[in-house]
Amino acid sequence: MSRIGVFVCHCGLNIAKTIRVSELAEFASTLPDVVVARDYRFMCSTPGQEMIANDIKEHRLDRVIVTACSPLMHEHTFRKVIEKAGLNQYMLTIVNIREQVSWVTSDIEEGTAKAKALLNGAVYRARLLAPLSSRVIDVNSGVMIVGGGIAGIQAALELANTGKKVYLVEKNSTIGGHMAQFDKTFPTLDCSACILTPKMDAVLQHPNITLMTYCEISEVKGFVGNFDIKVRQKARYVNHDKCNACLACTEKCPGKGISEWDEGLVKRKAIHIPFPQAVPQKPVIDRDACTYFLKGKCRLCEKVCEQKAIDFEQQDTFIDVKVGAVIVATGYNLMDTSPLVQYGYGKYPGVYSALEAERLFNSAGPTSGKVTLRDGKEPQAIAILHCIGSRDKNNYEHCSRVCCMYSLKFAHLFKEKTSADVYQFYIDIRAAGKGYEEFYNRIIEEDVKFIRGKVARVAESSDEPGRLIVEAEDTITGKFVQLPVDMVVLSPAMIPREDSKEVGRLFNLSTDKHGFFMERHPKLAPLSTMSEGIFIAGTCQSPKDIPDTVAQANGAAAEALTIVSREKMELEATTAMVNPASCCGCQNCVRVCPYGAPLFNYEKGVSEINEALCKGCGLCASVCPTSAIIARHFTNEQVLAEIEGLMEF
Amino acid sequence: MSQAVTPYLEMSQAIIEAGGEALKKCYQCGTCSGTCPWTPITNFNIRKLVRYGQLGFDGIEDFMWGCSTCKFCVDRCPRGVELIDIVTAIRNVYSGGGMLPQSLRSFVGSLAARGNPWSGDPAKRNDWAKEKYPLYKKEMEYLFWTCCTICYDPRNTRLARATAELLNQAALSWGIPSIDVNCCGESVRKVGDLELFERLKNTNLNYFQANSVAKMITVSPHCLVTFKKEYGEDYNIVHFSELLASLIKEGKLKPKKDFGGIKVTYHDPCYLGRHSGIYDAPRDVIKSLPGVELVEMKRNREQSMCCGGGGGGLWMEKLKGERLSDLRVEEALATGANVLATACPYCITMFEDSIRTLNVDDKIVVKDVTELLLESLEINIDEPVGDMCEIV
Repeated sequence: MSRIGVFVCHCGLNIAKTIRVSELAEFASTLPDVVVARDYRFMCSTPGQEMIANDIKEHRLDRVIVTACSPLMHEHTFRKVIEKAGLNQYMLTIVNIREQVSWVTSDIEEGTAKAKALLNGAVYRARLLAPLSSRVIDVNSGVMIVGGGIAGIQAALELANTGKKVYLVEKNSTIGGHMAQFDKTFPTLDCSACILTPKMDAVLQHPNITLMTYCEISEVKGFVGNFDIKVRQKARYVNHDKCNACLACTEKCPGKGISEWDEGLVKRKAIHIPFPQAVPQKPVIDRDACTYFLKGKCRLCEKVCEQKAIDFEQQDTFIDVKVGAVIVATGYNLMDTSPLVQYGYGKYPGVYSALEAERLFNSAGPTSGKVTLRDGKEPQAIAILHCIGSRDKNNYEHCSRVCCMYSLKFAHLFKEKTSADVYQFYIDIRAAGKGYEEFYNRIIEEDVKFIRGKVARVAESSDEPGRLIVEAEDTITGKFVQLPVDMVVLSPAMIPREDSKEVGRLFNLSTDKHGFFMERHPKLAPLSTMSEGIFIAGTCQSPKDIPDTVAQANGAAAEALTIVSREKMELEATTAMVNPASCCGCQNCVRVCPYGAPLFNYEKGVSEINEALCKGCGLCASVCPTSAIIARHFTNEQVLAEIEGLMEF
Repeated sequence: MSQAVTPYLEMSQAIIEAGGEALKKCYQCGTCSGTCPWTPITNFNIRKLVRYGQLGFDGIEDFMWGCSTCKFCVDRCPRGVELIDIVTAIRNVYSGGGMLPQSLRSFVGSLAARGNPWSGDPAKRNDWAKEKYPLYKKEMEYLFWTCCTICYDPRNTRLARATAELLNQAALSWGIPSIDVNCCGESVRKVGDLELFERLKNTNLNYFQANSVAKMITVSPHCLVTFKKEYGEDYNIVHFSELLASLIKEGKLKPKKDFGGIKVTYHDPCYLGRHSGIYDAPRDVIKSLPGVELVEMKRNREQSMCCGGGGGGLWMEKLKGERLSDLRVEEALATGANVLATACPYCITMFEDSIRTLNVDDKIVVKDVTELLLESLEINIDEPVGDMCEIV
């Protein structure tokens, strides 16, 4: 015979609007073993919490049911309340009548009926609950950061400065990310390299940071506090321990590959560093461009290398890293706009993507910072096209957030570096950020022409070969504009990395429909994910600018620190266990577990569950044919009782 | 004149209720108006039309007839706005009370009184067939849906005969509908007369049900789209160009005659291309013809330009300089083609008008792909005198 208290929350009107809360409490008082039932406006408030604590004492309650919001919101709150009042925290049951009932109906009859059914089930289950004790584990104090753009760099430095060990993993041969491709940053027009390269160098020099470039994640095991991560070091064909970064090899190399750093605008050597300030300043060989790998002859780099660092036999290797927390900061891509045939990207040489334009401004870029077209001429008229693939249901519905501002920056740089007329074709100018509206005003005064209308077509000029005609309606006057230009710059949608779904799978992160990583809560947990101990920062979560990215990186570093600054941490006790006497050895559990928690003990012929890995999801228990697996807190008896309670309605 | 206006939201609500729900989605970016083939040559502005509709502004009726429902704007719209639904709804709301333009009145009147837009006698609907071709019976495989334009329009009856002959050549089991049917109602629906459309639709549905029609062939892409999308039934319906392409592929029709190296350019009808996604079948038919070189116009396939005949445009007067078909014929001439091929009776009519008024009938002729194939099979359907297609 148990003694249950039921506490029905109104959540203001959130619940009380579509559920008759007092009727629900009255109903609760008629249920078996319920000795007290009350309703209250805000159960999570201090008086609400005190009411529960007092009732536990006064009525000698041994179980508490709170019918309120999702357990994601206040399970922790109420567990602490009943624990303080002397009960085991697992004697609490939350019935979610807000997200699952009141917010999804406008019918008070149906809402009240469904809430009663859920509560009835909860009472049946609560009667069978048993106290559980939490597990305490050791926490590894290291943090892995995946992605060496500005977000990863910032987070790495912050964490390393607190004395924690940081592993910064980058798939390219240098860190720096997209920010290293830019010439200037809006709205201050700071030189991008001038503010970024000191941080890149600080990463390289920092005693607490292990920089792992040209590396990819191949396997992630473990759980918060104790991740075991296998990193694949891609073969560089250059022994970086021996290389002294003299770069003589890159001068002699005859191989030609596509320069990723210059967005394919020029070629680079097969053995190369991506750009002059690359970190580390040591080369790698691009197999697909290397004469020796392609034709079996050459090895010029080997001949000129005094350090004997070239190693054509080098293979990929795997490195195991143990950390307590992970920050994923894998960044973005720009959408490939060539399928949008109306804009002519990839067809007309005068059409550029935004990142290609960035490289034209950059003094380390393909034109040494001179704005010239592919034929070497300076453009006389330039059109910048906003919202290409963004804010577009046929492609990406989201606003890419940064394009308005970098388009304004482009206009300024075009004005500064050429005598061209510059036109912006836009739908809305979104300049919401510190100093952004002021920057917009400045660009207007620089006599940039703004045409409000999304461009419908870019076509070849029939009168002047090589020139382009940009067609759009100026929606302010209603006139159809046909503008001859020499250069068109597209501002394409910012989208997740092509491998974001794969990275998401490795780290057990969910992604939205386009592949951006999902945060745990859009407002209150923007850097956390549904995987404990894994955090996200920067543009892998959604399009954002550098200031927001850096702020997120700092935040993610602080979040990671809340885990790795502890020596030990408490884990949920709701894990599964095997009763060896009934285990038939079928290994269904081993096959279904997404966390690798069950292992088959061949000596004993039974499965065993590593509780450190178990998340208590119950999959194994549901597939166990002999009911040998018991999911603690969700035992077969408890779940069946709850179903019985639900079925009574 | 005062510039002050007040939004008249009741009017906007009426448009929404008439099927223009998509009004709400538009953010006025101008993609539609920039894409619209009419924007460069007329005062019609599809974006403004939507804007006037959103706020119920007066004056909308002045330019609501400009759209030919070519669907280019719908395909490009970043908000997924169904602009044709909006146009139809606006016309429906405003076209009562004598708002119908003069040139559309005889067309709508004929549809209401005679069930076809050509003022044709309903009893003579099948006169083109001269009793040479069978009426559809239940045991037949295909109903060859003879649209009003190929039954009554003298130029296009040739297309009806060409189709019938090819169906016989391929030895298919087929028949034409009796005179109990009427217009599919496509154009009148786009002109906004939804009640009349329903009436026409029900007459045809009664015939289809009474005769257990399961499979249909159309030559008009307008009928094709209407049966597929507006009749609410799941008919197995093909456009004749699709059927021809597969019959050729299967070897059931074998083009013979060598055309001796003529250049043919193909115009994608809006209702076959953008509305139905059929781009390759008619091209495959042309490519199968010996001695024919298929040349493309600058704007083709998904980006094809409208002839101006859709959405009631076929019946509307347009000033010189405001005709899309003129521009399209010029584009066709620029390819050096001798034949402007297409697969829609409306396009044929529009282009033949333009060729006459542009005075280029010695340079280019208009043919349906069906007619080209028939010619290649060396079947003559023309009376001995006055074959307008022998110029090539």
